[in-house]
Amino acid sequence: MRIFFYYFVFPGMLFSILLGIFASWFERKITARIQWRVGPPFLQPLYDVLKLFSKETVIPERGSEVVFIMSPIISFVVSVFVATLVGIAQFYPEIGFQGDLIVVVYFLTIPSLCIILGGASSSNPLASLGASREMKLVLSYEIIFWCSVAVVWIKTNGLLKLSNIIHFQTQTSPVIYSISGFIAFVLAFITALAKLGRVPFDIAEAETEISGGPYIDYSGALLGFFKLSQYVLLVAVPFLLCELFLGGVNVLKYIIILILIILVENTNPRLKITQFLWFAWIVLFPISLIAIILAIKGL
Amino acid sequence: MNRIKNITKSIWVFHFASGPCNNCDIEILDVLTPRFDVERFGIKLVGSVKHADAILVTGMLTRKGAPRLKELYEMAPKPVVVIAFGSCASSQGIFKPSYNRTVPVDEVVPVDVYIPGCPPRPEAIIDGIVKVIKKLRGEI
Ligand code: SF4
Repeated sequence: MRIFFYYFVFPGMLFSILLGIFASWFERKITARIQWRVGPPFLQPLYDVLKLFSKETVIPERGSEVVFIMSPIISFVVSVFVATLVGIAQFYPEIGFQGDLIVVVYFLTIPSLCIILGGASSSNPLASLGASREMKLVLSYEIIFWCSVAVVWIKTNGLLKLSNIIHFQTQTSPVIYSISGFIAFVLAFITALAKLGRVPFDIAEAETEISGGPYIDYSGALLGFFKLSQYVLLVAVPFLLCELFLGGVNVLKYIIILILIILVENTNPRLKITQFLWFAWIVLFPISLIAIILAIKGL
Repeated sequence: MNRIKNITKSIWVFHFASGPCNNCDIEILDVLTPRFDVERFGIKLVGSVKHADAILVTGMLTRKGAPRLKELYEMAPKPVVVIAFGSCASSQGIFKPSYNRTVPVDEVVPVDVYIPGCPPRPEAIIDGIVKVIKKLRGEI
């Protein structure tokens, strides 16, 4: 019974959707204020989702129907699962399991895979283009994310349980206070931007050039599920960053990470996919190896 | 009824331009600027008609534009609102004698609101949006 409570209410579905709606509103409001606008009303993301769920859902005639319908739903279910695991480590430290860090990091790739599958199954050329871009993104940022997680693993003497990692950091000092930890945090932050599809790396969606990419053929409730999983990830990913590098989540740390994301988003142009590949493999990847070496040396 | 009410709080607009002189399109961008900022009402432009709650038609329907407008209307998830924007879309305006003229927009798809003007001022656009919302809520 408890397990359902964790998954559906706290810290899973209900909690992360509500917090994600708040975070999304916060993001749009700050963006509007930066551009000297008034910005949307408080519950705007909720209205968007409600509207999407009350509209008709159009399914493309050509293309694979099952994959098209399943991918947004799987994406949502898995994002909630990630949010649950990450939340449990913070709020109920005794019930996590050994190795849940690995599960979380693996599951975080599934929403991206769902975007690829959904885009490719809709038989729209722009969607396929978006899907192929998303694939290149995943292939290049994933290894950098793993490297920065490895730095945490080395720094905490080989802990793989999220709640133990938090505990370790409260006993000693947060990982970010060392050189290698700081580098790893910056790398993980950059990959988090790519995972969330935020601006310098929103190459796959690219509203202004391929008009939404993989989402182009989605409508109604299916688009609503994608929106919901974005809201949930906007909670889960910053939580994970807080737990790995800052020694646990609290309101202040969460808001700081959100504001960092928003500021980067509003001050950067979108990269081209070739530039991103170059940036990831030639610039970030060697830096992440250096961070690992520094961590082994104990810096 | 409730389905329609949900739309009025978050209208995503798809912009369909069929042979305008491009002035109307620039006026549309004006209402997204900080001075008028329609995101206050939850309105934003989307790039795909599958996400749209409103189709904004600018310009006179040309021979190429008319069949595509019909196709787009059929593709859009219902309920969807059609707005004829500018004199051209409402009544073919100054392009009426053109060789490329077909029929007015409201003979191809059902139009809910006409916003007249050549081009309409941003205030007129916002007034039109308010009328759409009132109509959807059943207040007029
Ligand atoms: S209504 Fe006037 S401004 Fe608008 S497209 Fe027609 S001619 Fe141009």
